Amino acid sequence: MPVRVQTEDFDLSGEVARLRAAQGERAAQIGAIASFIGTVRDINDGSGVAAMTLEHYPGMTERALEAILTQARSRWDIYDALVIHRVGTLHPQDQIVLVVTLGAHRGEAFAACEFIMDYLKTQAPFWKKEQTPSGERWVDARGSDDAAAAKWGIAPQGGDGSSTQGDE
Amino acid sequence: MAIKLLFFAGLREAVGSAGESLALPAAVATVGELRAHLAARGGKWAEHFAATRNVRAALNQDMVASGAVIKDGDEVAFFPPVTGG
Repeated sequence: MPVRVQTEDFDLSGEVARLRAAQGERAAQIGAIASFIGTVRDINDGSGVAAMTLEHYPGMTERALEAILTQARSRWDIYDALVIHRVGTLHPQDQIVLVVTLGAHRGEAFAACEFIMDYLKTQAPFWKKEQTPSGERWVDARGSDDAAAAKWGIAPQGGDGSSTQGDE
Repeated sequence: MAIKLLFFAGLREAVGSAGESLALPAAVATVGELRAHLAARGGKWAEHFAATRNVRAALNQDMVASGAVIKDGDEVAFFPPVTGG
């Protein structure tokens, strides 16, 4: 279950080919490959975004992503999953994140892929800072991301909520 | 008891520090108590670690709630809600 945090861009076709090859003889049993790519928008919360910088918590990031993939594999019958998340400075239209899941059937692959993204949004320690015409600003967490995670039974960030006062 | 403290993103900028080594008084046993201990420094610390602020914590690189118990040598990180993806 590969997890990578990197400044470089990624190539969907190449990553899928590597994942399939890594299955060896079982590659012939793969019937479904689902993927998601997140990209940089040029507008957010009403402001133009010229660039963004992604900060993360080295060490914890990889641990969190591995935990997310382990959860996905325990919930759905998938053969493998991959997450690549970029850090550093990115510009509109750049790719930020790639999730790939593969298995025998599309239902499991789709669900696991969506679960991994929803989980990542609220549990993996990445932070975005945007450059807008009025200066730099840190992106605020969205309540809709907690709601998306909650549908999988994932608690909001911070566990019991006692350290999460002030959440919108 | 000595711990390693880390701060990230907007919180790192707000307190002007990426982290520090800190000797904890005996009264500080949990992540929540550590947060209050930092807020008691006053000024920008009081402002950004106030109970009303949206601050998350990780203990030894796992996201935890405020009741998590700290041990000698632990790594404790404080940061804003995450915004990756």
